[in-house]
Amino acid sequence: MIAHAIFFYTFSIIAVVSAIMVTASKNTVHSVFFLILDFISISCLFIMIGAEFLGMIMLIVYVGAVAVLFLFVVMMLNVAQQKNQWFAGQQSSKHIPVGLIISTLIFVEVIIVIGGWKYKPEIFDINNSIAQTSISNTHSLGQILYTDYIHVFQISGMILLVAMVGAIVLTFRQRSGVKRQSYIKQISRERAEGVEVLEVQSNKGVKIDD
Amino acid sequence: MEYLSTVFQEVYKILFLLVPVLVSVAMIVWLDRRVWAFVQKRQGPNVVGPFGLLQSIADALKYIFKEIIIPSSSNKVIFILAPIVTMTLALISWAVIPFSATQVLADINVGILYLFAVSSLGVYGIIMGGWASNSKYPFLGAIRSAAQMVSYEVSIGVIIINVLLCVGSLNLNDIVIAQQNMWFVIPLFPMFVIFFISALAETNRPPFDLPEAEAELVAGYQTEYSGMMYAMFWLGEYANILLMCAMGAILFLGGWMSPIDFYPFTLVPGAIWLILKILLLFILFALVKAIVPRYRYDQLMRLGWKVFLPLSLIWVVLTASYLFYFNLLPVN
Repeated sequence: MIAHAIFFYTFSIIAVVSAIMVTASKNTVHSVFFLILDFISISCLFIMIGAEFLGMIMLIVYVGAVAVLFLFVVMMLNVAQQKNQWFAGQQSSKHIPVGLIISTLIFVEVIIVIGGWKYKPEIFDINNSIAQTSISNTHSLGQILYTDYIHVFQISGMILLVAMVGAIVLTFRQRSGVKRQSYIKQISRERAEGVEVLEVQSNKGVKIDD
Repeated sequence: MEYLSTVFQEVYKILFLLVPVLVSVAMIVWLDRRVWAFVQKRQGPNVVGPFGLLQSIADALKYIFKEIIIPSSSNKVIFILAPIVTMTLALISWAVIPFSATQVLADINVGILYLFAVSSLGVYGIIMGGWASNSKYPFLGAIRSAAQMVSYEVSIGVIIINVLLCVGSLNLNDIVIAQQNMWFVIPLFPMFVIFFISALAETNRPPFDLPEAEAELVAGYQTEYSGMMYAMFWLGEYANILLMCAMGAILFLGGWMSPIDFYPFTLVPGAIWLILKILLLFILFALVKAIVPRYRYDQLMRLGWKVFLPLSLIWVVLTASYLFYFNLLPVN
C-alpha cells in the first residue's frame, strides 16, 4: 500500500505542477510540452485505478494525436510573440473578467460534482461495473457502451463527423489555374494518344494544332 | 525486505531483456548494411571482426569518444531530452512482447494498445529534436515526420482493429494463441501488406525517409546532433524498426508459435521462432531500402490518407461481416 501511495502522490504532484506550468511558462512550446506531461501523468493515474483501457486511449488520442497537432500549430504560428503583445501593457486588463468568469464556472462545476459524489455515493456506482474482476476493463466498457449507451455513443460520433466535415468545408477553397495530377489519366495513357508519326516534307515543317 | 527483493528480481529480468535487445540492435544495423550492400553487389562492412560483425560496436565506440556539440542558440534542455525520449520509448515497448506463453515481462490486458501508444509517442523525440535545434533543416524535417507518423498511425490502428476482431482480446499472448490453427497473414494478407508499408513509413525508413531526406534537408531532424546524442537517435530508430518487426510477427506471423508443429521442432523454444520471424521481416525492410526510390511528399500523404485508410476501413467492415455472418465472432 505504501508503494501505491508513493506512486499516486508522485503522479498527482507531477500532474498538478505541470498543469500550473502550462499557464505559467512564458514559452508557448514549453506549455504544450507541460500539457503532454500532464496528459501522461493523468493516464498513469487512470492505470493506477485499474482503468487501463482509458489510460492507454488517453495516451493514444491525446498525447499521440491531439498534442502533436497542438505542437504543430504552436510551432508554425510562432504564438510566443503574439502572447507578449496581448499581455503587454493595459490591454491585459480586458481579458481578466472573461478569465474570472470561466474559472468561477469551472470551480462551481467541480464543487457540484464532488459534492454530489460525497452526499450520494450510490449515484456513481463504480463497484457494479468495474470491480467485476472476471471480465477485463475493455470488455466491461464495451458491454456498457454498445448496449445501454449506444445512442449517445452514435450521436457523439455523428457530432464529431459533422465537426470534421464542417472544418473541411470552411477551409476548402477551389484554386483555379492549378494543374492537378490525375493518376488514372497518367496510367491509362497509351502510345496511340501520345505519339503521332508524321511524314515531314523537307522545307515545310510540321504544324502542331493545340 | 520482501518488497526490495521483488524490485531486484524485476530489475534483473529487465536487464536480461534489455541487454539482448541493445546487442541485437547493434547487430541489426550491421545486417541492414550488409543486405543493402549485397543487393548493390558490394561487400558492405566486412573488416571489423568475423564477417564485420563488430562494425556497429566500433561505430558506437567512435560516437562515444566524439565531442557532443550543443548549438548555442538551441533550447538546451529539450535538445538534450530529445534523443533520450527516442531511446527510452523505443526500449520500454519491449516490456510487453511475449517470447513464449510465460516469458513476458509484463503480461498486461491491453498489451497491443500499449505498443500502439508507445509507438505513437515516438514522434515526440523527433519533434523535440527538430524544434530545439533552432535551425531550418531540422525544423522542416520534424514537421514532415510529425505529419507522416500521425497519418500512418491511423491506418496501423485500423489494421490492429482487424486483427482484434478475429482475436477478441487486447492481450498479446491471446493474439498469438488465436493463431494456433492459421496465421493471420493468410486470411488478412492485404492488411499484412498495408501494415508492412505503414510500418516503413512509421519508422521513417526508405522509401518514406522524407524527414531525413539528405538531398533536401541535410539530415533532417538529426542535423545538429553529434557524438553520443546522435548515436542515441540512431539506436532508437533501429530499436523502433525492430519493434515494428516484432509487432508484425505477433499480429500476423503467429509470434512465438512454431510454424512446423511436430516432434523435433516443438522442442525449439518460442523465443527462437519469434526472433527468426523478426529477422525475416527485418530482411524485407532492408531489401525495400535497397530497391525502392524515395517517395515524393504529396504522394506519401496521398498514399496514407486516400489509399491505405479507406482500404483498411473497408477490410474492417468485410472482416466484421464475415465473422458475424458465419457466427465466428470471439465472444466470451
